[in-house]
Amino acid sequence: MAGVSAAAERCLALWFPAWPVTAWALATGADAERPVAVVAANRVTACSAAAVAEGVGVGQRRREAQSRCPQLVVLAVDEAVDAREFDPVVAAIERLSPGVQVIRPGLCVVRARGLARYLGDEALAAETILEAVVTETGVDSGRAGVADGVFAAVQASREATGVMVVPAGGAPGFLASLPIARLGDPVIADLLPRLGVHTLGGFAALTSAQVRDRFGAAGVRLHLLASGSDPRAVQPREPPPELAVRIDFEPPLTLVDQVAFASRASVAGFVDGLAAAGLACTEVRVEFSGENDEFFARTWLTPGVFDSAAITDRIRWQLQAAAGVQLHSPVTSVRLEPVAVDAAVHHVPGLFGLGPDERVHHAMSRVQAMLGHEGVLTGQVGGGRWLAERQVLVPWGDRPSVIQTADRPWPGQVPHPLPATVFPEPLPVRVQGVGGGEVAVDERGRLSTEPQALTVGGRPVSVTAWAGPWPVSERAWDGQRQRQANRFQMVDESGAAWLLWRDARGWWAEARYD
Amino acid sequence: MKAALAIPEDAPVADVVARLRAHVDTTQARLRPQPFGLLPALAQLLGEPGLKPGAVYSLDGEGALLQALLAGPSQQGHWCGVVGLPSFAVEAAALAGIRLDRLVLVPSPGDQWLAATAALAEVVPVLAVHPSGRVREADAARLGSRLRDRGGVLLVVGAWPRAEARLTLGERQWHGLGSGDGHLVSRDIQVQVASRRYPSGRRGWLRLPDPDGRTVAGEQLRPGLQVVG
Repeated sequence: MAGVSAAAERCLALWFPAWPVTAWALATGADAERPVAVVAANRVTACSAAAVAEGVGVGQRRREAQSRCPQLVVLAVDEAVDAREFDPVVAAIERLSPGVQVIRPGLCVVRARGLARYLGDEALAAETILEAVVTETGVDSGRAGVADGVFAAVQASREATGVMVVPAGGAPGFLASLPIARLGDPVIADLLPRLGVHTLGGFAALTSAQVRDRFGAAGVRLHLLASGSDPRAVQPREPPPELAVRIDFEPPLTLVDQVAFASRASVAGFVDGLAAAGLACTEVRVEFSGENDEFFARTWLTPGVFDSAAITDRIRWQLQAAAGVQLHSPVTSVRLEPVAVDAAVHHVPGLFGLGPDERVHHAMSRVQAMLGHEGVLTGQVGGGRWLAERQVLVPWGDRPSVIQTADRPWPGQVPHPLPATVFPEPLPVRVQGVGGGEVAVDERGRLSTEPQALTVGGRPVSVTAWAGPWPVSERAWDGQRQRQANRFQMVDESGAAWLLWRDARGWWAEARYD
Repeated sequence: MKAALAIPEDAPVADVVARLRAHVDTTQARLRPQPFGLLPALAQLLGEPGLKPGAVYSLDGEGALLQALLAGPSQQGHWCGVVGLPSFAVEAAALAGIRLDRLVLVPSPGDQWLAATAALAEVVPVLAVHPSGRVREADAARLGSRLRDRGGVLLVVGAWPRAEARLTLGERQWHGLGSGDGHLVSRDIQVQVASRRYPSGRRGWLRLPDPDGRTVAGEQLRPGLQVVG
């Protein structure tokens, strides 16, 4: 071949065979020693060593693989899991040698020069990296290849059992004996063997002009790869920016306002860091560490975007709620982590002012800053037999969580129309019958006497109409949460109507119809 | 202006005055903010098509009447706020016609009820407030001017200086409950309204709530239905 270009860079390729299987095992905590195959479009794309031992191979149809190994675990391909689980591996490599190019999850390349010069030996450098991956992530299936250029290094890693070093200038000789399929091009891999060319060496022996005539520009590129002069250089990835912020207090702080004040500058830095990355935070996790190894975290949501004042408010509220309950010692550190981010362009105020709902959100946030997070609520209707538990009140900005849904039958609920005033805490009342004695309900639902007078707070008023008892029995199987009562409706002489219940502790007013 | 009106020079004076008056009326109507919607039964009772923007209405009790007043604007898509009413029943509000996705509750603002109300009045057009103390004349005037500026309406549970209208609940009669049987089905209630427009007061009967939890115009109680002795 004419005109060999400047000597290709020394590259170190790291290959983790059957990475999708390893990623699945890491993500689910399952055992990768079992026969496992990952299948895409009905073909096996990766399989574990145990599956290979049973005769399963890449490219087989699913049925064929299952017939060779009946106990085979078949997984669908999940590229998100592959990429996510590979990230810690890349981070471990990056710690030793910056500038990692991830070719695909399970295969990456770094420049060999820096670490090899530092350690004095390329094989030692490759072993060091593999060892670091094992100690930091527990992945021990890695293989390393060092050669001139990315292609040769990747091929060396595939030939290696541990580490394989192809000496400088030895790439053409190393590649010459490899099968033509290693180029990864189905057309050439199919055609050349039929023309009598079975190895990369045979392909490289053709002249560049012949290859161009038959296969065009794409063929010339592959021809260069096969002849050991890979024109590509390693294109290192940019490590993702660290967006989480940790604020340490020395000495530890005891007052809520001290913590809020001391974290203001760092919170502003946190928001600025997100803004510099073009992101806006919509969900933030705030973690407190106490002096006595205490830890308290919670996640905050907002319908808009967190600015630094809003996050400082969340720090204050969370600490106020936690002080004395979850946190007993002075605060040593606060950590802020963006849980959900959105592109900042989606949250830039419009040219002609804000929409009405955004203005509402701003006002609500101001009132929340005044009264606390629980000060502003939105309401929803949930399920349940008791009126107070059917209204689900969620602080403004939080995700509504209706545990019991209203569309179940809920036997024992109050007939419509519903009272417009529901007491958050039931009011103790007295209901007296004929002769002034308190009205009681026996186990069979019989009244001791008809109700005649009702006392809510002040003086007794006579009852003009009433109905009941309507028994309500909940969770009789649960000693802690069981609840049994008899409901009554009563109208007093002033025309006010009440919803009352009688339980073992006495009479209570649940709601008022007014 | 003259060109827009195009009044001929030789038109009779009475005709010119009539046309000018009609023009002024339409211009004012365009400038005047639209009233907030009201349920038909309540509009009939108040003698107005809706709640006036910038006005304060005073009620002598929380409960179904307040929810019925909020239902009209809420069904038009306006945000509603309820300040200082911890026992406001959300499910009954939904049945009365209030949209819960446009309702915010500030149940216990304590001493800061005025500040919270003022902050909400900036953006929430319809606010129901239960003041937790005596309302000072100056505070009421300041909040009133903010309401007029923003075109919001305030429904106050309790007394309020210089309210647009005062609604008082009178006689009431529940239906459906016997002595030991039945259940509450509906209620007829007399409401008295003393407003600036009708200072001597109007009174009318509402069926509040009707068996479905809504509000409709009620009939006057027939003597036979009234409680005697």
